[in-house]
Amino acid sequence: MKQIDFENRYRDRWEQLEKWLKVGDGGAEAASLDLPAAYRSLCQQLAVAKERQYTNQLIDRLNRLVMTAHHRVYQQQTLRRNTWLWYLLAGFPRAVRAQIRTVWLATALFLLPALVLGIGSYQNDALIFAVMSPDQVWQFESMYDPGNRVLGRERGSDSDLLMFGFYIKNNIGIAFRTFAGGVLFGLGTIFFLVFNGVYLGAVFGHITRVGFVSTFYPFVIGHGAFELTAIVLAGAAGLRLGQSLVDPGRHRRLVALRLASVEAMRIMYGTFLMLVIAAFLEAFWSSSTEIAIGVKLAVGGLLWLLVIAYFALAGRGVAGPEHEVQRGA
Amino acid sequence: MLDTTCLDTTYSVETPEGIDLRAQAAGPVPRILAYAVDVFYRTLILAALGIALAFADRAGWGIWFLCSFLLEWFYPVYFEVMRGGQTPGKKAFGLMVVNDNLTPISWGASLLRNLLRFADFLPVAYAAGVICMTLGRNFQRLGDLAAGTLVVYHQPEKPHTSLPDVAPLAPPRGLQLQDQQALISLTERHADLSEARQCELANLLEPLTGKRDKEGLHYLRSVGSWLLGGK
Repeated sequence: MKQIDFENRYRDRWEQLEKWLKVGDGGAEAASLDLPAAYRSLCQQLAVAKERQYTNQLIDRLNRLVMTAHHRVYQQQTLRRNTWLWYLLAGFPRAVRAQIRTVWLATALFLLPALVLGIGSYQNDALIFAVMSPDQVWQFESMYDPGNRVLGRERGSDSDLLMFGFYIKNNIGIAFRTFAGGVLFGLGTIFFLVFNGVYLGAVFGHITRVGFVSTFYPFVIGHGAFELTAIVLAGAAGLRLGQSLVDPGRHRRLVALRLASVEAMRIMYGTFLMLVIAAFLEAFWSSSTEIAIGVKLAVGGLLWLLVIAYFALAGRGVAGPEHEVQRGA
Repeated sequence: MLDTTCLDTTYSVETPEGIDLRAQAAGPVPRILAYAVDVFYRTLILAALGIALAFADRAGWGIWFLCSFLLEWFYPVYFEVMRGGQTPGKKAFGLMVVNDNLTPISWGASLLRNLLRFADFLPVAYAAGVICMTLGRNFQRLGDLAAGTLVVYHQPEKPHTSLPDVAPLAPPRGLQLQDQQALISLTERHADLSEARQCELANLLEPLTGKRDKEGLHYLRSVGSWLLGGK
């Protein structure tokens, strides 16, 4: 069959499909077209056109049409409301428990340097200056100086908002970078975990040494439950990526990375949420001076218990929803 | 069908229907330019916000930080998922992000490829990303590799061109398939190429057709039109 005859025979159908794809499902014409059937016959026509070596123009046009229809037929709907609810109640802690060894590794990478530097700078006055500049040390000291408290610590709500924005940008950025570094064979993640451990450990040790305990610990305990856990989890997700590249098992590295990234993203969604909670607490709760220290410590301890219990217990013995098999990435 | 040994940016995927979908993978240069456009827009938005929120003092800065965080990490995600794989920069250069099976990009994939953007940025100015792109066949940066995504050229819809107005003429005998295709594509592209260039091409065949310039071109078009099925 000559090309012009071929085109004449099918032109009406192509135009009908083109029109339908433009309008979308909502239009009145929606019912007039059976998309899967139209799509299949279009595929057949493209195959025929290629086999008969019709002109590029026609093949391009059909290819474009097939692609648009293909997008419509294989549309992915990953965002469903009950999926999110299930994720929060069970999916997230389950995803974390599934990677528990990596999580412990990330915890160690974060906690060990923190302990070393914490104890070190508690014992040794000078050690903190190996980690940060005198200016920064002074800044930290003045921030948690109980004497300063009355003067500058109680802020208006506008300052709270300022700090909220700052914590969001800064802290979540750190967690995201910790995760992203994992794709460089895990090296980036290890660096960020150790670096943050060293930094925070030094601050903890030094502030304790100086004796600003009554301001510092009530301040950090509340949001720390979410923030420190979230950084470790982001690190675990990053390490999972790195592990898939270093030890891909029976897969090709690329395939292993894909599979690992699906698991890692399950952790990252929840981590993001935890960091938002942490920033919220840090800006609006931890910084408040009107709340008694005892209350803050109690609530902070409770939050830690809550977070640990959530990851240890939530979602155990619950069957996953049928549509859990989503194409995560 | 594709010869994989040759340098070619064509990316094809076989669908369950047995059809090869084709797309052109976009290389580093247009992507860098598109990124520059996006950076420009983002800076513009942040500057405008900064001026507007300067009046709100400290709370204003809080909101500004929040916005800059959202712009930094989620600006591409929003456009990729909600606007057919095109950030404004990509749109300006006719690019789009798709999953590697050429379906529209999903939320998870878009989030992942943009979270890993930081790794591509290392150590400076997207060095890792560009190196990774140029090493791979489909110009995927690290984030693309992990998320299973691909940046391809968005093929704009071309209006169907009409054939030149000539009376079809039967071709000489023994015309090979390749020759037929060459004539057909000359006929089809009559509106894209300049008249002078087409005459020049027609003159290459003067030893065979015995006709020059307009006359030769007219003859070739007639044959092309016949081959396409004109009557």
